[in-house]
Amino acid sequence: MYDAGKIIVGLVVFVVLATSPLWINVLTDEGPEAPTIVYPTNGSTECVESKEFMIPNHMDLLNEWRDEVVRDGTRDYVSTSNGKTFDMSLSRTCMDCHSNKAEFCDACHTYLAVSPYCWDCHVEPKGAN
Amino acid sequence: MLEKALTGNRTYWTWIFFLLAVIGAGGICWLWQFNTGLTITGLGRDVVWGFYIAQFTFLVGVAASAVMVVLPYYLHNYKAFGKMTILGEFLAIAAVIMCMSFIFVDMGRPDRIFNVFLHPTPHSMMFWDTVALSGYLVLNLVISFTTLSCERRGEPPPKWIKPVIILSIPWAVSIHTVTAFLYSGLAARPFWMTAILAPRFLASAFAAGPALLILLALIVRKFTNFDPGKQAIQKLAEIVTYAMIINVFFVLMEVFTALYSDIPEHVHHFEFLFTGIEGNTTMAPWMWLSVLLAIVSLVILVNPATRRTETTLIVGCIAVFGSLWIDKGLGMVIAGFVPSPLGKVVHYAPTFPELTISLAIYATGILIVTALYKIALEVRGQMKVESLD
Amino acid sequence: MAGNRRDFLKLAGLTALGATGASSIKATKADASTGGGHAENSSDGVRLAMVIDLRKFTKNDALIQRCIDACHETHNVPNFENDPKNEIKWIWSDDFETAFHSQEFHFIREDLKEKPTLLLCNHCDNPPCTRVCPTQATWKRESDGIVMMDWHRCIGCRYCVVACPYGSRSFNFKDPRPGIDEITVDYPTRMKGVVEKCTFCEERLARGLEPACVEVCDNDEIIFGDLNDPTSKVRQVLAERMAIRRKAGLGTQPEVYYIIDDPRTLQEVAPAAVVEVAEGGDHA
Repeated sequence: MYDAGKIIVGLVVFVVLATSPLWINVLTDEGPEAPTIVYPTNGSTECVESKEFMIPNHMDLLNEWRDEVVRDGTRDYVSTSNGKTFDMSLSRTCMDCHSNKAEFCDACHTYLAVSPYCWDCHVEPKGAN
Repeated sequence: MLEKALTGNRTYWTWIFFLLAVIGAGGICWLWQFNTGLTITGLGRDVVWGFYIAQFTFLVGVAASAVMVVLPYYLHNYKAFGKMTILGEFLAIAAVIMCMSFIFVDMGRPDRIFNVFLHPTPHSMMFWDTVALSGYLVLNLVISFTTLSCERRGEPPPKWIKPVIILSIPWAVSIHTVTAFLYSGLAARPFWMTAILAPRFLASAFAAGPALLILLALIVRKFTNFDPGKQAIQKLAEIVTYAMIINVFFVLMEVFTALYSDIPEHVHHFEFLFTGIEGNTTMAPWMWLSVLLAIVSLVILVNPATRRTETTLIVGCIAVFGSLWIDKGLGMVIAGFVPSPLGKVVHYAPTFPELTISLAIYATGILIVTALYKIALEVRGQMKVESLD
Repeated sequence: MAGNRRDFLKLAGLTALGATGASSIKATKADASTGGGHAENSSDGVRLAMVIDLRKFTKNDALIQRCIDACHETHNVPNFENDPKNEIKWIWSDDFETAFHSQEFHFIREDLKEKPTLLLCNHCDNPPCTRVCPTQATWKRESDGIVMMDWHRCIGCRYCVVACPYGSRSFNFKDPRPGIDEITVDYPTRMKGVVEKCTFCEERLARGLEPACVEVCDNDEIIFGDLNDPTSKVRQVLAERMAIRRKAGLGTQPEVYYIIDDPRTLQEVAPAAVVEVAEGGDHA
């Protein structure tokens, strides 16, 4: 390799700089806090599925609901954790309890720099819950 | 081989940066369009396809026209086209990329473009158009780069390239046929629903494309040591002549069917184009210019003396290209929407951002042609030896 | 090094192509069930249709606007006033001559000439719009015949708008929300870049309600029902009255019927024919 010395040094500097957010966080034990999610205060204790299921899977669940409602015309969802039947609707079911988008949905999404475009169309209910 | 596009003299780089500036301006306009929506174009509820789609339609024809050099050379051993085939194939690549770009900027949700591949729909002609265009791009990329890199190494091309090249011939015909099918199967649009639309598209493609190829070959000759040869140019000129005659004949057939039958649904669109209706006369001057250019081009091209003289041939080719660009790139698409399905006469004219974005796409195509031709000529050692300044 | 770089690029390109192709093939299999295109006139299943009784609409009728408002408010359809280019309409009114302009009426009866005619998606039985959609974002539902829209999938190519002979479809040239006075929380809006149209209120039908425009009628001005049910109101009224459809000659099989009728009764003009009809006459 020509200029091996310069290239390898440059490469190491780049890798160190590029991975700095990771090792700085590890070393200093500081950095942004995990998001605080506010759970519904309307008395409801049962979601469509369990929290452990929803956190990693709510995106797939919503996609599944989207296809079932829009493309297949079925609107009833039977929960696998509590057996109850729910209306497959983001605005009417999910946001009936989780009605404060800013404190619930956005808390994690903003932290992770994720911007799902659901709310370009689906209307968030007014008022906090 | 690609790195040959990255070296050049002052003229070359000035040209490249000029094109990049135009592309940049269009890019900014496109970002504006992406943020605000297609409302910044002249399109509206009644005229939903306009300048972008019209350019796409015209450029599919230019892309298909590569077959007019490939067929004689590879199928019939017409040696004179030997030096031209790479220019035709590179032009096809640039044209197809421009086509895809025009579709992309016309879409309401370009972020969802992969839905066409994720949900293939065989009963939609638009699906097949996507397949055909993508396939044609791949074919031309493979063919041009394989043959050129073999030429560079001084080797004969590999055996498997011959069937691929033969495949590109009917494939070229198919891309423009399927594009015509987008229009000619719609009961809602009597102006387009004619069996002759696909043959007309092909005839005008085989006139406009080779005309452009002649002009490009002569431009390249001016700046480099490349010389296509008088025989190649003349044969292409003959092809343009016959194709233009056939195209004009087809147009006259359309005019007859519409006007003689006197069915209002058919007549009104021709009226809109050539005389204007209910105060909308925007197309009429353009269409008559197209007619004039067609007549001028045929007078020049049919007459052997003017066809064989290079200066008049150049005028003839520009006239052909201009006439057919107006016909396909302005008249044909817009006239399908005026009057609307409810008989309303509506206005459409492209807006400044719409035209800037379109210009940027044309600049992209020209940039691709410049870079690819540079590569081809460098490989052949036919760039002019000039002092670098 | 140069040779290896080329091979690497070729391999990368082929892999990308292969991945796209593979996912397309998988998707074709998955999508086989939601095939678009037209539905044959099936005698099983529901075939929803609408009958608009034009006899009951007069020139300055407030009902027209009530129907339009009911629909547009329920579905968050924006109102871009005086902006015909960006206009979105799921249901609107035009005069009779324009609505049926391919009939080329001459010497048309005065009251018919300016009769306000409600126009909307015809939910054709042989829809050209679903035939052309490249992503099946619009398709004809087998279960009830509704020509549906999937706004998650629409790429905004507007091919369906081009293919519709009735001008029923609208494209969102810009963000619709600024044009909505009061958003109905119950129903989503759409975003810029997708095509929209009447969906026969499929979300209301799912809850056992009538379409919004039908609900505001109090005298059967609009009748809605299942054509496959011989006892339905739509079938009854079509058996009794003369109805036409827009551009029926194109073969689209539109399922919105318009009752136009001679105000003089049959008894006045051809008493013999009345006897024939009563005795069971000719059934088409």
